This record gives sequence, C-alpha cells and structure tokens, in this order.
Amino acid sequence: MVDIDIHKILKGKSGNFNLNIKLHIEKGKIIGIYGASGEGKTSLAKMLCGILMPDQGKIIVADQVWYDSEKKINLKPQKRSANLMFQDYALFPNMSVRKNLEFALQKNGDSKIIEDIISIIELENLQHSKIHKLSGGQQQRVALARAMVNMPRLLILDEPLSAIDEEMRIKLQDYILKTHKAYHLTTILISHNISELHKIADSVYELENGSLHQVKAKSNSDNNTSVSGKVVKKTLKPPFVEITIIYGNTHLNFTTRAEKAANINEGQIVTIPEDMLNTDFK
Amino acid sequence: MDWGPLLLTLKLALLTTFLLFFVSVPIAYSLAYSRGKLKPVFEALISLPLVLPPTVLGFYLLISFSPSSVIGEFLNDWIGLQLVFSFEGLVFASILYSLPFMVQPLQAGLSSLPQNLKHASNLLGKSDFVTLFKVLLPNIKPSILTGIVLSFTHTIGEFGVVLMIGGNIPDKTRVASVAIFEEVESLNYETAHYYSAILLLVTFIILVFTFTLNRRLQKNNSLW
Repeated sequence: MVDIDIHKILKGKSGNFNLNIKLHIEKGKIIGIYGASGEGKTSLAKMLCGILMPDQGKIIVADQVWYDSEKKINLKPQKRSANLMFQDYALFPNMSVRKNLEFALQKNGDSKIIEDIISIIELENLQHSKIHKLSGGQQQRVALARAMVNMPRLLILDEPLSAIDEEMRIKLQDYILKTHKAYHLTTILISHNISELHKIADSVYELENGSLHQVKAKSNSDNNTSVSGKVVKKTLKPPFVEITIIYGNTHLNFTTRAEKAANINEGQIVTIPEDMLNTDFK
Repeated sequence: MDWGPLLLTLKLALLTTFLLFFVSVPIAYSLAYSRGKLKPVFEALISLPLVLPPTVLGFYLLISFSPSSVIGEFLNDWIGLQLVFSFEGLVFASILYSLPFMVQPLQAGLSSLPQNLKHASNLLGKSDFVTLFKVLLPNIKPSILTGIVLSFTHTIGEFGVVLMIGGNIPDKTRVASVAIFEEVESLNYETAHYYSAILLLVTFIILVFTFTLNRRLQKNNSLW
C-alpha cells in the first residue's frame, strides 16, 4: 500500500506553480499518470524515489515512512525500496548491457533473473556491447530491464516505451504486466500515451495544474490502433469539423462530420481510431 | 653528468601525482555536487597556485614549517617530520602547488556527467562511495588522464616553490630545475644543456602522448 500526500513549488515555463499530489495505491496495482510536458510528472517520480525533496507532506510505503516533513524523516534513495526508470535512461556508459543489469542485482539476488530478462528484451546478441553501440529503442529496453531487476516495492516507469517499435512495445507491455503480477510490485507508469495507460494500468490519472484527477477509460481504448488525447481546437469547415488533439508533444488533426462532433468540446479527452487521422503520426 | 637531479625530479613528480589524485578526488567530488554559498571561496583557494608567484607559496610554507614556528615544532616533536629542506617537504609543497591542475579537470568531468547517473546508482542501492568509484570516475577517464598529466608535468616544471622550501641539497631536494639554475650560475652550460634538453623532450613526449590518447578516448568510446 502506498500513501502519498506531498506538496512542492515547482518552476514552470510561466512562473512557479504548486504541485499538490494526493494518491493512494493498493499493493499490487498499476496506476498510470498522464499529463502534458512540464506538468511535473518527472518531479513527482523523483520525489517518490528520494532524489528530489518535497516541500512538505508524507510518503508511506508498506507501513514504512519514507518521507514525513513534520517528523523530519527523509529516507535516502538507497533506503527506499523504489526504483525509477529514467526518461533519459541513465544507463552507465562504462558498462556493457549485462554489467548494467548485474550492477542492479542485489548482493543475494538470483542471477537467473538476468538471463531471463536479457532474453525477454531480446538483447542476447548485444549483452556484452557497451551502451553507446545500442539504438535508442534498445537502450530503452535495457533501462526498463534494469529498473525491474531488483524487484522494488515501488516501481516507477517514466515514459518506458516511447522509443520502442510497435511489435516490441506490445511484448514489453505484456512483460511489465506479467512481472508486475508475478512479483506483486506496485507500479506507477508515466506516459503521454493515454491509450497505452488505459491498456495496462488499473486506473489512470491526469496530472494537470499541479494536481491529479482520475480519468475514466473509454470503451474502445484497448484497441491498439487508436490514440487518445485532449482536444485543444475545434475548427468548423462545413459540413465537416476539424478537431485538433494533443498527443504527447505533437498535435494531431482529424476531420469528422459536424453532427458527429457536436458533443466534443475543447479540454475533453477523446479516443479515435488511428485511420481517422489526417496526418500519419508515426 | 650527474643523473641524481633527474631521478629526484621523476620520484617527486610520480609521488606527488599519486598522492594528489587521492587528495583531489574527494575535493573535486564535493565541489562538483555542492551548492553551498562557500563554494566560490573554496574554488578560489584551490586556484590560488595558478595566479600566485610560486615564491609566495614557498615563502609562507617556509615560515609555517620552519622548526622555530608552532606548526614546524609540533610536526618535528610529535611525528619527527621536518618539512623544511627535506624531500617530504617538497612533496607536500608540490601537492599544494599542483592542486588546481588535478582538482579542476576532475571537477569539470564530474559536473559534465548527467546527474541521473548518480541518482540511478543510488536508487539501485549503491552508496555514494561505490557510485563514485564504479560509475562516476570510470566515465570521466579523459578528465582523469588530463589531471594526472598536468600535475605530473607541472611538478617537473616546478622551480620557485622547490627552491624556497627545499633549497639545493643534492639527492634530497636538488631537483632538475634547480640543478639547471645552479649549473648556469656556475657557467656549466654543457650540463645545463643536458638537463634542459632531457626535460624538454620528456615533457613534450608526455604531452603528445596524452593529446593522442585523449583524442582516441573521445572519438572511440570502445577504449573505455
């Protein structure tokens, strides 16, 4: 069980803003956090791991207090059974793929997991290569693997699958789910791909204006060929309507008949089949 | 020709560089990761030897460590260490004098590493000490090489500090640079030529070797 109630003033593009996070996660659940860039998703991840200090509040994981501003408790990252997969991977360039994973293994850890995980991310042939020899997608797979090697109580994945192609992505989504279930991990998945979050997570939250609110899944969101995003613009082009949604850091347009889009408003999150998009987003 | 001064210079440079590395790593590490208000003061203190005339440093060391001073008396009485006109004194003075040449490359190297490397290692349960030696230092090899070579060659080139605190005692403090000065003073140009040419050649070769290696380190990471 994870209980989070933290506050921090963060520097944003347009001045300081307040991050107020209240979140309760049952043991063994996966929750997804979605939000535009600059909303503080990564800062939240860092605060949970102990590499960024909140201004005040509490973090309690499995009855262990990790942070409590009133009692002046702030466990070091080493003392928290948490692991974060960094958005920039933070792989160690001086080590091979395999050494990166072995470095993550705890003293009494079972080295069999290294073999397993290398075969799952399909890097057997590259396991002795240095990190800079790998492509972005391959590096991302190593980073994901490294974060999962020591089975932390709280696993935080920051954009874990953004650089990975479709086929591998489905495989790794499956792997995250399986590992998560097998080891009863509690996982926080951060992504700008809301349909991916709906697919994997038990519940999905949007981080907006410094606070979290739950986003309900749409019925067709588990369809792989759809994308979800927030409507930012609606342009009338009679008899059609062009709707612009924000998907990650890009804007996507799709056109539909005016009467069909009558109840779509700006700010709303919609899920649309990929083949309805005007522009190919891949 | 007496090889003593050259061997003494080599011994001094090797020992100074070796000790300096271990003195500088914690200093560079704390400077690279500190955000304290006093950081510029410490940085200035370490950089002083870059701008001060060596004779100033030598002068202060001489009066601090002379047997009649409080520190000199203490060192002499308690650990039997005499830092004035002795080889130990030369090593100590050289470490102080070459400090910026080792600390600055190490500090710059550490600061240029992504912060997340340290965070990632900490999150994998590794202490700061293990992180430093297993993750951070192995990833700044060009900086380490630069620091080692600069300190080594700088110590070879030392003159003012050595003369002030060491004097000119054969096989104890008479290093090559001092020997050259003395040979010239006594119009022994031939010996001075030998010493000078050897120093010139050795330091030049070291620098060429370093720049070549550094270029390869930067171009081809597989050497790591």
